[in-house]
Amino acid sequence: MADITNQSLNEIIENVKTKKVSSTDLTKAYIKNIESAKKLNAFVTTTFDQALDKAKQFDNKPNFDQLLPGIPLAVKDLFCTENTKTTAGSNILNNFIPSYESTVTKNLWNNGSFLLGKLNCDEFAMGSSNETSHYGNVINPVGDQLVPGGSSGGSSSALAADLTPATIGTDTGGSIRQPASFTGTVGLKPTYGLCSRWGIVAFASSLDQAGPMTKTIKDCAIMLESMSGFDDKDSTSINKKKEQYSKNLKDNIKGLKIGIPKEYRVDNMPKEVDELWEKGKKILKDLGAQLIDISLPHTKYALPTYYIVAPAEASSNLARYDGVRYGYRSKQGKDLIEMYEKTRSEGFGDEVKRRILIGTYVLSSGYYDAYYLKAQKVRQLIKKDFDDSFTKIDAILTPSTPSSAFKIGEKTNDPVSMYLNDIFTVPVNLAGLPALSMPAGVDKQGYPLGLQLIGKALDEQKILNIGYAFEKNCGFKNEIKKWWS
Amino acid sequence: MSLDKEKIKHVAKLARISVDDAKVESLTKDLNSIFKFIEQLNELNTDKVEPLTSILNQSLRSRKDEISDGKIREKVLKNSPKENEEFFVVPKVVE
Repeated sequence: MADITNQSLNEIIENVKTKKVSSTDLTKAYIKNIESAKKLNAFVTTTFDQALDKAKQFDNKPNFDQLLPGIPLAVKDLFCTENTKTTAGSNILNNFIPSYESTVTKNLWNNGSFLLGKLNCDEFAMGSSNETSHYGNVINPVGDQLVPGGSSGGSSSALAADLTPATIGTDTGGSIRQPASFTGTVGLKPTYGLCSRWGIVAFASSLDQAGPMTKTIKDCAIMLESMSGFDDKDSTSINKKKEQYSKNLKDNIKGLKIGIPKEYRVDNMPKEVDELWEKGKKILKDLGAQLIDISLPHTKYALPTYYIVAPAEASSNLARYDGVRYGYRSKQGKDLIEMYEKTRSEGFGDEVKRRILIGTYVLSSGYYDAYYLKAQKVRQLIKKDFDDSFTKIDAILTPSTPSSAFKIGEKTNDPVSMYLNDIFTVPVNLAGLPALSMPAGVDKQGYPLGLQLIGKALDEQKILNIGYAFEKNCGFKNEIKKWWS
Repeated sequence: MSLDKEKIKHVAKLARISVDDAKVESLTKDLNSIFKFIEQLNELNTDKVEPLTSILNQSLRSRKDEISDGKIREKVLKNSPKENEEFFVVPKVVE
């Protein structure tokens, strides 16, 4: 049989179901790929022995009715996994072994899959290039000097390099969609509340959402169906009937109204990004969709709003890392306060410290109204922009990122230029909406670029359908040479 | 508004992060450029806007006040940095 690991998740599932490949052989094939891809630094932890045991158990007693029968999966190291180290890319959690399993990973395992390893990410998911991880930079399989995007950079790299058939990430301001765009893969940030946040290391709780990262739209539907669902343990989980996204996937988008927001044409955007957007519009139009010009006037204020709201929530969430109950504790510090201060200073990296300080400042007495309250008001305006537009359209099409993958070190000295990477992805998190990044083409260097589809709250099926139709007609093929093995 | 070194040391104290003097310089530069970016929001008049408190169109659920787990002391203490049979251990706080 040809190399199974370069197939889509859906094809692999078919091959398992028709017994063309056993779960054990499938797992072995991925282990082989992972072992020869150490240069990419996509994994923080591997769980090969455990995975092979689970594969054997599946092969001895297979259940082919499950959504993910006998499928090994690596996941971002932000999901707590029972008895497997979970670092969140941070030194402060370098010895943390959860005694519980996150709800979304538990959902994946309950659908027949099992853990292959934990994937590198920016520290506490704070970053756009995977360069803030305590466990080193991750390399984009597209090129040996390129970042894989962030914060789910280990996830995008591992997926594009055939080290896992599909994966999951988390997205607070673009951390699934931007890395997907940089690696020529599909990434979906679901509606806030669709996937449980329970057991995910928290960054900014009103923005964080877990979602799938896959090679195809169909795979994305399968993964979303497997991981989503109501969870009593997450107070913001939405209680609704479970959808069958993969079964209901349709490529007929005739008559759908697609909004094109004029504010997403920003200064200094490379010509190729604009051309790709035009190409995307043409494909959807040729498929019978109707393009409608819309305005989202507060778009330019989304990033400044985000850089108040997200650090504010992060500074509260990360207050728990004090060296007392779990995680790293400094050996220095003669009293309790000094122990806290040294632990946090030695345990957190520079970007995380920066954001904790921003958050502490904007929430501090005398500044709360000027920053935090102001930001929550602007957030209301950003949400209202979307609400108003969605009365006349079905979905919105935009570029995913203002550029393709950049070089390692290119933006690390200027935090604001790094933050600008998320200019097209952040508004969606602030409004709690679902959005999909799908590969659409390459720039003149041959690096992948993605387009983003934004949907109404809980309208994942529709953006998946549009993506499905787009994918069939776009002709994009991710051609990655395995230079690392 | 601009953040000076003293302000940053104060905020670091509030956040319980020790920052050595060598780092304060670069932090001041970075944080000021971030705040300059953030302060674009001041262009907008938001006097009549209600702040957003939840992006969900539902209020938080309440549940029955009953115990749903427990008797897991061992699990809870498993990751503590300093071992003791029953408690978390911290540096001495009372003389």
